[in-house]
Amino acid sequence: MNLIKGRLFHILVPVVSVLLGLLIGGIIMLVSNYNPISAYAALIDGIFGNGYNLGETIRAASPLILSGLAVAFAFRTGLFNIGVEGQLLVGWLASVYVGIHFDLPKVIHLPFAILAGAAAGALWGVIPGFLKAKFKVHEVITTIMMNYIALYTTNGIIRAYMLAPGERTKDIKETASLASPWLQQLTEFSRLHYGIVVAILAALIMWFILWKTTTGYELRAVGFNQHASQYAGINVSKNIVLAMAISGAFAGAAGTMEGLGTYQYMTINNAFTGVGFDGIAVSLLGANGSVGIIIAALLFGGLKIGSLTMQSAAGVPTELVGIVIALIIFFVASSYLIRWLTNRFTKGGKI
Amino acid sequence: MKKRTGVLLSLALAAGTLLSACGKDDGGGSNADGKKDAFKVAMVTDTGGVDDKSFNQSAWEGLQKFGKDNDLKKGTGFKYLQSTAASDYAPNLNSLVRDNYKLVYGIGFLMQQDIQKVAKQQPKAQLALVDSVVPEKNVASITFKEHEGSFLVGLIAGTQTKTNKVGFVGGVDSELIKKFENGFKAGVKTANPKAEIFVQYAGDFNKAEKGQAIANTFYGKGADIIYHAAGGTGKGVFTEAKNRSKNGEKVWVIGVDRDQHEEGMPENVTLTSMVKRVDKAVEEVSKQTMDGKFPGGKTVEFGLDQDGVGIAPHKENVSKDALAKVDEYKKKIQDGDITVPKTDKEYKTFEANMKK
Repeated sequence: MNLIKGRLFHILVPVVSVLLGLLIGGIIMLVSNYNPISAYAALIDGIFGNGYNLGETIRAASPLILSGLAVAFAFRTGLFNIGVEGQLLVGWLASVYVGIHFDLPKVIHLPFAILAGAAAGALWGVIPGFLKAKFKVHEVITTIMMNYIALYTTNGIIRAYMLAPGERTKDIKETASLASPWLQQLTEFSRLHYGIVVAILAALIMWFILWKTTTGYELRAVGFNQHASQYAGINVSKNIVLAMAISGAFAGAAGTMEGLGTYQYMTINNAFTGVGFDGIAVSLLGANGSVGIIIAALLFGGLKIGSLTMQSAAGVPTELVGIVIALIIFFVASSYLIRWLTNRFTKGGKI
Repeated sequence: MKKRTGVLLSLALAAGTLLSACGKDDGGGSNADGKKDAFKVAMVTDTGGVDDKSFNQSAWEGLQKFGKDNDLKKGTGFKYLQSTAASDYAPNLNSLVRDNYKLVYGIGFLMQQDIQKVAKQQPKAQLALVDSVVPEKNVASITFKEHEGSFLVGLIAGTQTKTNKVGFVGGVDSELIKKFENGFKAGVKTANPKAEIFVQYAGDFNKAEKGQAIANTFYGKGADIIYHAAGGTGKGVFTEAKNRSKNGEKVWVIGVDRDQHEEGMPENVTLTSMVKRVDKAVEEVSKQTMDGKFPGGKTVEFGLDQDGVGIAPHKENVSKDALAKVDEYKKKIQDGDITVPKTDKEYKTFEANMKK
């Protein structure tokens, strides 16, 4: 009867949350006079229906995996990195800058551009990390503020130095591009690019750092209990800065997915892209684990791309998918409720 | 144990509904294919959405009228897809092309790149782009002579200003908005050579508070009429004008893109608006395409001649004197007696010629 506890429970909560989210989303559709069955049919068709949609789903998932990893990594060290969005923007800009202004062979140029994006993100993450370690300024506040600084700074830089017609920068050079004509052809001209490989590699890297290195052990220890870690001789301040740097690097790499993959340039963003904030949801649903995050990112990427078909084929506004995603997050966050419900079921009413 | 099976059962049921949903969809798909020969037209909005009170809305109005006139059904004969983010443009355009829409509009110059890509990948598709030019054989580029319309509202501003100071608030400093600015300046100077013109760009199309701050500066410096070509930023200009109007000051705003008379109510601060008939353009290009005359590879420019630009139908705040001037110069422009400047350089020449 204790089956529901432990590992299984960790898997069960997200699955039940997704199902409940879809179910209640369907009820909301019914109430607002849409047909949930045709809507979900269109949604599924919009994810798997053809090569194009599948390609777009994977494309949308690539930056989500990385932004999810960024949130999760910081969380493992007990930090809430709400600044993934800003780190993503500076990473995007840095990678596009390198992509435009350097002339290198592809084997050097592409990794260099990705690393530049990651480095810029790391730098953006280090600032709140440093403030936290040195002055105990809460990272939630500083990372949120850094988002705005990133948004307006990147816009300002593009406008002042890199502007091309159409409110954007020039295209990056071919040698820095993640795009792959082969993958595009395979998926009926979706914008699928090699970024998914980078994202999966990054997931491996996170798993390796956290679970296979001394540094990772220290980072997790700080996450569990700062005071105990300090007592055990772990340099807490150093680990906080390090965690934010690595987290920021993942976020910056998420930006390179957009800059070197999807768009091949950077636009002047009127508002946040949302990818960084979705990372919080992805990491929550993925239970802060590498595999979980990949699955959760694919789900969210699918929901986002599928919602476009839902709009065009079933006439259901894309906002409804936003509601479904919100519901899923709600249920994951209230996992206690699910634990209580499942225990009710399994224990047959006995407490 | 019984309850456990209950959970399993409900899961199985949930899976069942999802799967059955799959089956139903295939039917819908083949149905759409069956109507291959019927003319279908659709548009993709930019992130402003279909109710942006500006060109997305206007384009949809045009499409609706076209659909109604030709007995097309909303949803299958004509429809729009909304984009929540810039990354949605390409999938939206693609899905419409895939669904065999004979003509697919991208509304707004932000979609230029995506239209170009889709056009190259799907050579059989027929696409149209509003407000920008894509040099592909299967893309019709729709642009407007905004400078001509702006010239007319400039005339009105120049005639009706009491302080001899007027202002121009631009969204983002770009080739497109420069057309508004230079046309307006030329109009003001033509009607009132002594007038002083303040110009500032907000750097954003969606920052009402910035528009309000700039309007505050302009009105503070003594301007009594402000023309905005700044989309959502312009809402702030209206707010500022209304606030000042409540305090007894008499200030005006000139609206843009569509008749913004309502935005100025109840204080009635909208002097006139420079309307850009995106609806007419969309309707016209749809008609041509249905008749087999898709203007692919061409730039279709809508100016005063085709009533593509002009002043708004609400004219009660415009003086007779100003209206007379508008009519006079409208004819002159149409006859080619006057060439309205589009760029800063052309404006300089225009100004120099005036002084002679």
